[in-house]
Amino acid sequence: MDFQIIIDSIPRLLDGTLVTLQITALSVLLGFCLAIPLSLMRVSKNRLISVPTYGFIFYFRGTPLLVQIFLIYYGSGQFQEILSQVGLWNLFKEAYFCSVLALTLNTAAYSAEIFRGGIQGVPYGEIEAARACGMSGALLYRRIVLPKAIRIAWPAYTNEVVFLLQASSLVSIITLMDITGVARVISARSFAFYELFLFAALIYLILVYGLLFICKRIEKRLTGYLNFQH
Amino acid sequence: MLDLQGYGGLLFKGAQLTIYVGVSAMVIAIVFGLIAALCKISKSKVMRFLAETYTTIIRGVPELVLILLVYYGAPTIIQDILALFGKNVYISVNPFSAGVVTIGFIYGAFATEVFRGAYLAVPKGQIEAAKACGMNVILTFRRITLPQMWRFALPGLGNVWMVLIKATALISVIQLPELMRNADIAARATRKPFTCFFAASLFYLAITIISNLFQQWAETRANRGVRRA
Repeated sequence: MDFQIIIDSIPRLLDGTLVTLQITALSVLLGFCLAIPLSLMRVSKNRLISVPTYGFIFYFRGTPLLVQIFLIYYGSGQFQEILSQVGLWNLFKEAYFCSVLALTLNTAAYSAEIFRGGIQGVPYGEIEAARACGMSGALLYRRIVLPKAIRIAWPAYTNEVVFLLQASSLVSIITLMDITGVARVISARSFAFYELFLFAALIYLILVYGLLFICKRIEKRLTGYLNFQH
Repeated sequence: MLDLQGYGGLLFKGAQLTIYVGVSAMVIAIVFGLIAALCKISKSKVMRFLAETYTTIIRGVPELVLILLVYYGAPTIIQDILALFGKNVYISVNPFSAGVVTIGFIYGAFATEVFRGAYLAVPKGQIEAAKACGMNVILTFRRITLPQMWRFALPGLGNVWMVLIKATALISVIQLPELMRNADIAARATRKPFTCFFAASLFYLAITIISNLFQQWAETRANRGVRRA
């Protein structure tokens, strides 16, 4: 075991950790913003809305993330002319943009299914009570359904965020220098394969269990009123 | 719309290898999962600790890192250890076994939880009854617990399979000519990356749909003796 190589590469691996965290945070945020409307569209009674939404969710859940990343990053090259005309090519030629886009769409599809479960798990009595108080439409969703649905869905959503953090390692395949990317490049040059990949695995372990710890704390906060002790 | 310029056959071959890799990895995952689940519910502290470490570590590290670790790291670590004993050997792992073993090992950790839950779902009275009939531990497991566990484990195992088959796409990174890798080759040759990768994604989608139908059939079959309220 060559510890010197690990020590020498710590600064670059930390840079990679920042990239991993950045990409994950961006995709989680954007994915969350996309998932809420998607889950509402998914439970919509209008089939013109719910069926295409289901199609989107089904496609992104039924295919590997790697295919989605390749479709966006390499696949966009096939439409270079059109994309240049509308001024989007500068975005699509960036691996960073494509990674975030792919991860966002992917997590949005998974999260939308999770939130749909949450929305359908809201006790009917609460909705009836809100209706009896005169709430309807957006107000009903904003005050009653969504807060409750997110509480119900939180544990499953936590898992999804952890999966996304791990899935972000795939962006190293399209040349981004996240933790995995840095480990791949340094190990390919120094032949210190297991040292670097073991160390990368260790960083991921710390990130994953740190994230889980934070999410558990948030879960306690969210459901605090249920565990109230007299 | 999907003109693959004669590369359709290559993709189909890749899809066959993907299914082959997926099924082999699933078998390994079930074996690992069963063993680890038995360790987790055993009375031995050491066994419980080992199984707990296995699932904790595997679920905290990305599949890609583990695949790279096994494919590139394992040969060098073995060479380094053998070099300590003054033996110079060259070891290389072929991508197929590296991929299958790693994916199986990873999803074994997920199958562990499925099997543990399924074991706990078998009513305790039946195990006590088996003991009363004079069956020993192994016989009880084989005759009473295992056949009933399948019923409880099937939905969970179905989920593991769905995630596993998509994870096989990662083996393309170590150059195994499965669906993703062949789609990549076709994309480079035809200069139509979107078409090729989209076609590949449809293959994966087809595998998912067929697996879904199979899962429904298997669950109905496994539950055929159960009375529904």
